[in-house]
Amino acid sequence: MKQTALHDVHAALGAKLIEFGGWHMPVQYAAILDEARCVRTTAGLFDLGHMGRVHVRGKDAVRFLDRVCTNFVAKIPVGAIRYSLFCKPDGNPIDDLLVYREPESVYLVVNASNTAVDLAWLHEHRAGFEVEIDDQSDRTGMLALQGQRSTEVLARLVTDCDLAQIGYYKFGFGTVCGIPNTRISRTGYTGELGYELYLDNSEVVRVWNAILEAGKGADVRPIGLGARDILRLEAGMPLYGHEIDATHNPIEAGLDFGVSFKDEKGDWIGREALAAIKAAPRKALVGITTDGPRVPRQGARLFRGDHEVGYVCSGAVSPTLDTNIASAYVELDCRAVGSALEVDFKGKRQPCTVRELPFFSRTRK
Amino acid sequence: MRPNDRKYAQSHEWVKIDGDVAIVGITDFAVQELSNGNESDLVYCDLPEAGRTLAAGETFGEIESVKAVSDLYAPIAGEVLETNAAIEDHLEILSKDPWGAGWIIKMKPERKSLEGLMDAAEYEKFVASKKH
Repeated sequence: MKQTALHDVHAALGAKLIEFGGWHMPVQYAAILDEARCVRTTAGLFDLGHMGRVHVRGKDAVRFLDRVCTNFVAKIPVGAIRYSLFCKPDGNPIDDLLVYREPESVYLVVNASNTAVDLAWLHEHRAGFEVEIDDQSDRTGMLALQGQRSTEVLARLVTDCDLAQIGYYKFGFGTVCGIPNTRISRTGYTGELGYELYLDNSEVVRVWNAILEAGKGADVRPIGLGARDILRLEAGMPLYGHEIDATHNPIEAGLDFGVSFKDEKGDWIGREALAAIKAAPRKALVGITTDGPRVPRQGARLFRGDHEVGYVCSGAVSPTLDTNIASAYVELDCRAVGSALEVDFKGKRQPCTVRELPFFSRTRK
Repeated sequence: MRPNDRKYAQSHEWVKIDGDVAIVGITDFAVQELSNGNESDLVYCDLPEAGRTLAAGETFGEIESVKAVSDLYAPIAGEVLETNAAIEDHLEILSKDPWGAGWIIKMKPERKSLEGLMDAAEYEKFVASKKH
């Protein structure tokens, strides 16, 4: 298993470490629900060293990415970030990612578990484009500070960059803990105000400790992947392998905002298949809340009467909504908010209700 | 050292004979694995109906934590006499007192012998081999 620069720090903090996407990562330092509440009330710090970071340079960088990405990369303003996917010709994604648009280049952040597949895909399709694909994953790290107090805490460590000036899904560069030219983006996977920092491996531990120290008075705590999964589900954000995967396309997942059919974008891999799905979708991703104690889990089947109408992608206990929540694919005539369905637990049914996604967002609602 | 007045299954249940009744619960190790030491991480417990007949090794219920669902396995064969209703709404009892108040079901055992199960010392070794 691979380890991030913070592996031993997590162990020393008493974290429970698990395998995630080929990495040995902290799932929790304390109670998962308390960690989720911490991010919703103050702020929490995440080690995202496992995620893939790829810098694409060269004169065709933007044109190349417009060929392999679903969104319109050339239209992203410099300094802005957009959600995107890499799709196969059948329209199903091999991964989803964030695209950072720079003046002459593009920076990509991809999922840990798919990094190798993504890189192979990029190299497979680079012929005819003048690009340099620089995988920085192993030599860099990434931290996220998420929550309402994140600006206040991070500002104590940042010079020559006004965090308040970095808009949602924008990025800038500043001096963080004395490290010049550090990439700072206002992004995250929690539905909260928050930032992500990109650092050389040699600096990750120092910055992590500095943030926890600066955040002591604000009750900033380290947060594991368990709470991260709850927070992203509350925020209606997809996770590859759950809401999207090799058989679940972005259109039916409600990710149209990351897919561009504009003619100016030119042809791109998966366009034709996704246009056909957009014209005639067969299912829809919805939110679910349950009226009972059981937590719907991935694969649990949904029924309306005797008719099977869908299945669960992700489920969690939501401390923010104080109920159990899930994302699920349902047939189109069950997608209306308020539809009463039942979730099956090995033959026992529990009532549940279709809800709007996201369940919670301080950034989108 | 864990209590020596009962036997242990590899699936981390314990069973204690009390007269004609077998009391079944889960070990501190099982609770720790489920909750990682945070009792609030336990969210749900599904218990069987009284009267149900269980074979040894049969699934009789589930315990759910924030992270995952785990099956409960009958350490012996027998009939379910009673379930501990108190834990359904107060799963923290399982962390506070897994050996006593945190019992899960009472059974009428098919046989009184508990052969094939581990004693406390054997279970100790078994658990030590699981830790990494």
